[in-house]
Amino acid sequence: MASAPTTEVITTGTGSPDPVGPHRRFFTADGLARVTIYAILILFCIYYLLPLYVMVVNSLKPLSEITAGGMMALPRQWTGAPWQSAWSTAQVGVDATGLKPYFINSIIMVVPAVALSTIIGALNGYVLTKWSFRGSTLIFGLILFGCFIPFQMVLIPMARMLGLMGMAGTVPGLVFVHFVYGIGFSTLYFRNYYAAFPTELVRAAQIDGAGFFTIFWRILLPSSGPIAVVCIIWQFTNIWNDFLFGASFSDFDSQPMTVALNNLVQSSTGVKEYNVHFAGAIMAALPTLLVYVVAGRFFVRGLMAGSVKG
Amino acid sequence: MSQTAPAARGRSMDRLQDALPKLVLSPTIAIVAIFVYGFILFTLYLSFTDSRILPSYNLVGWKNYENLFRIRAWDTAINNLIIFASLYIVICCALGLLLAILLDQKIRTEGFIRTVYLYPMALSFIVTGVAWKWFLDPGIGLEAVVRGWGWESFSFGWIKDSDMAIYTIVIAAVWQTSGFVMAMFLAGLRGIDNEMLKAAQIDGASTFALYRRIVIPQLRPAFMSAFVVLAHMAIKSYDLVIALTGGGPGTATEVPATFMYSYTFTRNQMGIGAASAVIMLMTIAAIIVPYLWSELREKK
Amino acid sequence: MRIFRGTMTAVAAFAASATLAAAQENVEVLHWWTSGGEAAALNVLKEDLQKQGIGWEDMPVAGGGGTQAMTVLRARVTSGNAPTAVQMLGFDITDWAKEGALADLNPIAEEENWGEVVPDAIQKFSTYEGQWVAAPVNVHSTNWVWGNKTILDEIGVAQPQNWDEFIAALDSAKEAGYTPLAHGGQAWQDATLFDAVLMATGGPDFYQKTMVDLDEEALGSDTMKQVFDRMGTLRGYVDDNFSGRDWNLATAMVINGEAAFQMMGDWAKGEFLNAGKVPGEDFVCFRFPGTQDQVTFNSDQFAMFKQGDGVSDAQAALAKAIMSPEFQIAFNKVKGSVPARTDLDVSELDKCGQQGYEDFKAAASSGNLFGSMAHGHANPAAVKNAMYDVITAHFNGEYDSETAVQELVTAVQIAM
Repeated sequence: MASAPTTEVITTGTGSPDPVGPHRRFFTADGLARVTIYAILILFCIYYLLPLYVMVVNSLKPLSEITAGGMMALPRQWTGAPWQSAWSTAQVGVDATGLKPYFINSIIMVVPAVALSTIIGALNGYVLTKWSFRGSTLIFGLILFGCFIPFQMVLIPMARMLGLMGMAGTVPGLVFVHFVYGIGFSTLYFRNYYAAFPTELVRAAQIDGAGFFTIFWRILLPSSGPIAVVCIIWQFTNIWNDFLFGASFSDFDSQPMTVALNNLVQSSTGVKEYNVHFAGAIMAALPTLLVYVVAGRFFVRGLMAGSVKG
Repeated sequence: MSQTAPAARGRSMDRLQDALPKLVLSPTIAIVAIFVYGFILFTLYLSFTDSRILPSYNLVGWKNYENLFRIRAWDTAINNLIIFASLYIVICCALGLLLAILLDQKIRTEGFIRTVYLYPMALSFIVTGVAWKWFLDPGIGLEAVVRGWGWESFSFGWIKDSDMAIYTIVIAAVWQTSGFVMAMFLAGLRGIDNEMLKAAQIDGASTFALYRRIVIPQLRPAFMSAFVVLAHMAIKSYDLVIALTGGGPGTATEVPATFMYSYTFTRNQMGIGAASAVIMLMTIAAIIVPYLWSELREKK
Repeated sequence: MRIFRGTMTAVAAFAASATLAAAQENVEVLHWWTSGGEAAALNVLKEDLQKQGIGWEDMPVAGGGGTQAMTVLRARVTSGNAPTAVQMLGFDITDWAKEGALADLNPIAEEENWGEVVPDAIQKFSTYEGQWVAAPVNVHSTNWVWGNKTILDEIGVAQPQNWDEFIAALDSAKEAGYTPLAHGGQAWQDATLFDAVLMATGGPDFYQKTMVDLDEEALGSDTMKQVFDRMGTLRGYVDDNFSGRDWNLATAMVINGEAAFQMMGDWAKGEFLNAGKVPGEDFVCFRFPGTQDQVTFNSDQFAMFKQGDGVSDAQAALAKAIMSPEFQIAFNKVKGSVPARTDLDVSELDKCGQQGYEDFKAAASSGNLFGSMAHGHANPAAVKNAMYDVITAHFNGEYDSETAVQELVTAVQIAM
């Protein structure tokens, strides 16, 4: 590399000098280019927001307006009744309870499952990168392949295993199932993250006499915040929105919210109250959306801090 | 440096320390061995039996596989998966990369825009499917709206067209996941070493060359993660297809996931369902294993 | 298979015995009646049981007209945690009975005299090898055509009595600018149409031979080709947007005066009544031209799953309650179908319901009561779905009638 003049100013493609800011910028687009960038970004915002707009707008209309047509039109008569119905009075079975009672079932199930798979994934990632032995990459590959198993394929054998373990139709059973099929991804995230973590620190700690768990607890875990959040978001989304396992491995008193939502929306006969369906769907997605919004900043930072680097 | 502890204690401590990593990993290994590979073997076994509504253990040789390849819908399903998966993965990566690069340009409302791109993944397809179905329906959706605005000859009835329906699934699937891919690339971009870029710029590299020579190669690990996530979603896309087209019109948008579900659970032909699952897994393995192997090998 | 079944029932017994004490007082019911009307009908049963001190544990799983519920059922049975009673249709009951998963209801059936009051065609599904395993709740009939009376009056058409008159009526409607036939392009709807056309074209014997006996020669015959040709003709009378449309949206087209006819089962009546339409004034209903004497039906039944040995007290109570005249009338009044017993006084049902009941009894005694293929009451699920594939592919123009006939024969072979 030719030695560079030690100036702080970077000459950019468009010729206008610009100091390097907190965000690295390697070309400063000015004027027209900038407008184009914003235009493209906004265009895609529309693409992403359109279905949500349709859902929100139609969830605030009375049913008569929906059947009359005009799915994109704003409500002529705004009403919050569909939301109330979806929450507490809609028919999801013999009883008209709305989605409310099922939220608890989902939460009781999702939280332990996410926690468990995150912790184990972290430990796995730790072992596979800092304590690697012959064949550890192979083992990682084998674990990773498990991510691709279609759930329908494992439904029956899993049902059998749960029956044999005496966990059929219980919340721990469902937690266990989600834990098993969440390990692949959590191991992936943590393993890639820890791979970028300087091994010298670990070695130094070892020489100082620190043990296996001490190193994990004191050194790796504190700086795992970002990737932990990534893992939690991914697991939470998938487990919260899962229908197949939730329906098959729950009893009448532990049905998760997705089953109730499905019952709300997929009734075979009778009038389809689209407005209630949309309200219910948005309601069901609110916890996940909340997690996304709140942790959104961490999300990018987490992936940034090395999880996707080699 | 501390004195080495009495030899005996040191050795047993060492042995424990040696064993500990493997001990910690072993539950996962056991679980994966049983619940992933064990089940795969179980399915493999079932594919050679006459299982109908529940597993049966009478072997019938290759009959299920023979029948499988006589079923038209299976051909369609495989074709659709190839079309869908390749378009889906390529478009998501391209779109994700484009949006990530644009978003990286010190945009004012980055947080908000990022959330807008990300949120689709949070929504379950059980109901967003309905919204998309409406949107794509020529009678009440986009086509009707645009025509209402005056553009009379606009037509967008893909979802009702046997040949084009699969592409509507691509549109909806890209909508759902490209934001997540964008986030992965954005993070990757933010992790690229500034110094290298500065040096290259000072050497007079053009923006284009910068991207081509430095940025994109550095994003290879991000591509790998994105590929894993996208391939996983492409293969498992059951909810999406059912919600959007139900496999129709006719069987035009059948994919292996819906095929397998249908034969195992709806048609009470578990033997054929298992056979289709095995073929699906083999196809996945044929693509993913070489890819993972090449990526992981280098990581060492 | 025997080893598996043994293990399975052993596991079931083990799991069940652990909860036997609790289970005896409650019934856990797996069903997919989740819409307002259906739930109201089911509530009648729930309250009936509550009066007897039996609790109702509701396990609704909607989706695919029972598809999801059947998947969940498999998982539940495999894990040894079968529900007490499950809503089921037609051949699914037979399939489960074959696996030995259903309880023996003979004691109750004999006590209550079910054998006398339930027509043979329905008993075929409620029993397995002489043993009662399920209690029928209702009977829907599927070979109806619904017409918008205003449009029909306008184009000067009365009720078509045969195929040619029907085609002529459709033509008139088309010329007058209406959609002749409102249709939803989902596999089961295409098949419902196919059922009726087949019955009209080949007659009841042909229906029996092809749909029930699955006779290969009949399946590959020229009559079958004619059936497919006629389906192709009907294809020309539906609007361009039919693909994937839900059945109730097609009914709405008739209600709103956009379309002249819809061919759909008797549950369509509910849509008309909900929209405030009056039978005879705003809309008419008649049997598909050519099938006036036949009734193709489907019947919802509750299959009782083994919970240990024998039938639990709660299950017996549930079965009795389902078959009781009071429940049969109350339920079907709300649901819009007709009771499964032939010995009832149906003055509480509305006019269409009473007419439907009379048709049902007449068809039962004259041997004209046929299980509908499109609804899983003519042949097992595997065959039904295989037929669906061919019918819907043909209707969507993927191949011509000759190919369709060949595909049909092949499909049935593979499915058997």
